[in-house]
Amino acid sequence: MFAEFLQYLFSGLTSGAIYALAGLGFAIIYNASNVINFAQGEFIMIGGMTAASLVAAGTPLWLAVALALVVAMLVGIALERLAIEPARDSDVVTIVIITIGASIFLRGAAQVIWDKEFHSLPAFSGETPIALSGATLMPQSLWVIGSSALAIAALWWFFNRTLFGKAMLATSHNRLAAQLVGIGVKRVLLASFALSALLGAVAGVVVTPITFTSYESGIMLGLKGFSAAVLGGLGSGLGAIVGGLIVGLVEALASGYLSSAYKDAIAFIIILFVLFFMPSGLFGRRGTDRV
Amino acid sequence: MTLFRPRTGGILVLAAIIALVPLGLGNGYFYDVAVNAMFSAIVCIGLNLLIGYGGQISLGHAGFFALGAYGSAILTGRYEVPPLAALVLSAGAVALIAFVLGRPILRLKGHYLAMATLGIGIIIHIVLKTESGLTGGPDGLALGDFTLFGLSVSGERDWYWMAGGVLLLAVWLSLNLIDSPLGRALRAVHGSEAGAEAAGVDSSGTKVRVFVISAVFASVAGSLFAHKNGFITPDIGSFFHSAELVTMVVLGGMASTFGALVGAVILTLLPQVLASFEQYEAMILGAIMMGTMIFMPKGLLPSLAGLIRRWRGER
Repeated sequence: MFAEFLQYLFSGLTSGAIYALAGLGFAIIYNASNVINFAQGEFIMIGGMTAASLVAAGTPLWLAVALALVVAMLVGIALERLAIEPARDSDVVTIVIITIGASIFLRGAAQVIWDKEFHSLPAFSGETPIALSGATLMPQSLWVIGSSALAIAALWWFFNRTLFGKAMLATSHNRLAAQLVGIGVKRVLLASFALSALLGAVAGVVVTPITFTSYESGIMLGLKGFSAAVLGGLGSGLGAIVGGLIVGLVEALASGYLSSAYKDAIAFIIILFVLFFMPSGLFGRRGTDRV
Repeated sequence: MTLFRPRTGGILVLAAIIALVPLGLGNGYFYDVAVNAMFSAIVCIGLNLLIGYGGQISLGHAGFFALGAYGSAILTGRYEVPPLAALVLSAGAVALIAFVLGRPILRLKGHYLAMATLGIGIIIHIVLKTESGLTGGPDGLALGDFTLFGLSVSGERDWYWMAGGVLLLAVWLSLNLIDSPLGRALRAVHGSEAGAEAAGVDSSGTKVRVFVISAVFASVAGSLFAHKNGFITPDIGSFFHSAELVTMVVLGGMASTFGALVGAVILTLLPQVLASFEQYEAMILGAIMMGTMIFMPKGLLPSLAGLIRRWRGER
């Protein structure tokens, strides 16, 4: 009974960590530019697919991972330069459609570059499960949770201790004021896409040994990350992390105790409830309309 | 002259095109493509009311299309309801669902609205895939011919005239709706919600009504599509299909009924023309979505109309 619960808890924390990273990616871009990047999930897919194909071609794991992160960041930068920047001043619906277009484009490109098959990576430190009061924990789950925690700590350090991170934070508070004190707002935008692509790719690389990856695995992960970000309150970093863990845990518990067929629907049911009853999320600032 | 006002003139031109196109259609395959284009056009004309005129995005309309299709399939197959009655009942059920969901959803704006409609679309898709006792699951469902007053609609040619008739009806409804009090209220809401409220428009009621109307358009097209195809799978309700429908609307031209039609026809024909590039289909669709929004955010038809106006003005 307890062992079963613990098992669901482990799997919920593992997927929750991934959703948290994806949600943080949304939050970073949203803060810098007020854009919701519906292509966020594709960064996860690109990270996973690049690493998997490089390892399959004989590249050492560490090098494949490093290259995968670089590739995803380059794609993020290209996306900002080629698709978002030219439409900077468009309305929300326009930019939503652009990023969905980008997502479909990247998925299509992945299908052309690689294939429609599932790919995997070897687990980073073996496949021997760790027994823990009746439940088992795969070492790779620890990698997922550990690297997410590390990435979050690094982000905190970046935003609070480095000059460029502080510049990004300032831009998210007030774009014009940031520009007036000499912050290169365009560079901040570019950096926000690179950073959230990096986060996505980290998530993609560490989760691939558990869930496998394919050209279309990004969309669901991305949308669940968005659910996490909205649940926590759009633009709130802490909110995205808490939201991600909640979505992951509820999903694991509900699919364990209620119905596993509806596992993928749960994030969306949560999000509909949140949007209907508390649209600013757990930690979000309440928005007001200016007329 | 009233004849050349878009409401009457446009419909006459469209009727003439629908009547003349079969002269150029060689065989059943071309009829088939034309019928599919017209079904998509019906959905897009409804969706355009919401996106183009109302400024409200929906990323879940494939869900309503699929509900219409499955409603018809289940009612005619399992309960032996006559096809026309099944179509009407399904549309009624979809209208009710859209009405109930519409009020809380349309309070949301921008990203949140996109997310909520997307969520509903995905939930519908997952339900259709999972409830295999009723829907046949991922394997899909088969269904019989559509019958209209005892006559059975079968074969590409019958379907061509049927789809053409319904398309004309959809265009006529849409053009009239835009100039009705509801349409004016909707355009006011698009301009400024607070402004419309100040002028006495019930903005949330207006948005909900148009959401319901566009969902019914999608449902009816879905029912007809199901009968014509004879077989449906849950993937007609996928996110990809929803995105495709939105692309048709924005490509053809937002806030233009004929633009939505043109967008639907182009995006239905494109994969046929590019059949040898099949694996690039998703890339091309994505590139069209991005390119249209970046280079001509108003869409094809309004951009062209603007060009023509400028050209005339310069002479």
